Amino acid sequence: MPKVNITVNNNPATGEVEGRTLLSTFLRDIVGLTGTHIGCDTSQCGACVVHVNGDAIKACTMFALEADGATVDTIEGQANADGSLNVIQQAFQDHHALQCGFCTPGMVMSASALLKENPSPSEAEVRKYLEGNLCRCTGYHNIVKAILAASGQEVSAVAAE
Amino acid sequence: MYDFEFEKPSSISDAITLLSSEEAMPLSGGQTLIPALKQRLNAPSKLVSLAGIPELRGVSVNEGGMLEIKGATTHAVIAKQASSHYPALSALASHIGDPAVRNRGTIGGSLANNDPAACYPAAVLASNGKIISNKREINSEDFFQGMFTTALDEGELITAVQFEIPTVANYQKFLQPASRFALTGVFVAKFDSGVRVAITGASENGVFRWSEAEALLSDNFSPSSLDVLTFSTDGLISDLHGTPAYRASLIKTLTKRAVIAAK
Repeated sequence: MPKVNITVNNNPATGEVEGRTLLSTFLRDIVGLTGTHIGCDTSQCGACVVHVNGDAIKACTMFALEADGATVDTIEGQANADGSLNVIQQAFQDHHALQCGFCTPGMVMSASALLKENPSPSEAEVRKYLEGNLCRCTGYHNIVKAILAASGQEVSAVAAE
Repeated sequence: MYDFEFEKPSSISDAITLLSSEEAMPLSGGQTLIPALKQRLNAPSKLVSLAGIPELRGVSVNEGGMLEIKGATTHAVIAKQASSHYPALSALASHIGDPAVRNRGTIGGSLANNDPAACYPAAVLASNGKIISNKREINSEDFFQGMFTTALDEGELITAVQFEIPTVANYQKFLQPASRFALTGVFVAKFDSGVRVAITGASENGVFRWSEAEALLSDNFSPSSLDVLTFSTDGLISDLHGTPAYRASLIKTLTKRAVIAAK
């Protein structure tokens, strides 16, 4: 079987895969990082969003072999070096942006990609950017609020809406 | 999905050689192909990834003044890099799928698939575009041949797409919010030589030009020019999202909106 070498959260990860092995399967079953969730497995829900060479992608819709040689960042690599939650994760906790938590890894990875591209997004821009991430619990309001808070913006106005 | 051999060549010529083997298929961004493979709608023996071929990526204006986009350029890159040359095309690219899909999906993959509700076919047809393959140039009029059908031969690869740049243009997409494809979409492009109007998401034969609207708008580029027209429901798609009459109405309304918004 072909071999794949991927740098995952700054650590080298190697494994033998089939052509059809998805990046999501590689991360979960071979590397053992189960924070990348598989919700729909059809590219709709965004629970599997990770960054490949810095770009947010859906890991269920990319083959592991396509990521050979790439740098991949997952939810497990998001915390600060001392293990504390990073700004986005902390904002999700503070603003109650998760209930069951299943969509949260993808939400946090999408939020981090958005804030890298647009450090001070409007509420509309946050909502547009999350079009590919589905949450069945929160109704999105607190997720949007958390992301705005993580960007350093005042969020009370959003809560009142 | 069924298993296959995975190849990642670094040149177009190597890709063509690999694609000549029995049951081989090109893999560009995979945002349509991978879901189709999961459903076992395709069973290639070999997938040839186009992601490692630098000559298949990039956005530039060629010596003839046409905007040239290489086949494996992603929607996200087109949204960024085409914005100064062709804002309406950049806007179209920035509304395909969602951000993660736009970071993978490519223009060549979309055009080769020719989904009847895809956005790019309307832009290519309205911009009098050309599809460049490893073998030839194909005019947009000849390229789109019906639902999921194109002029491409087996093993032929889209290497680039060329667009004439209009003086003003606009794309109006009436979103089907679950699929994020166009329930109906209209691309209006105004050139010195006349106006072109291309419609996607509406016809059972895929993208097409609305010649009556083109003639009236070429005469007078104003939404009221279209008041005299009624779009026929013949051959329009009927599905749970919209009847032919609904789509016919959308075509006219969206064309007017595109004329108003064109810049």
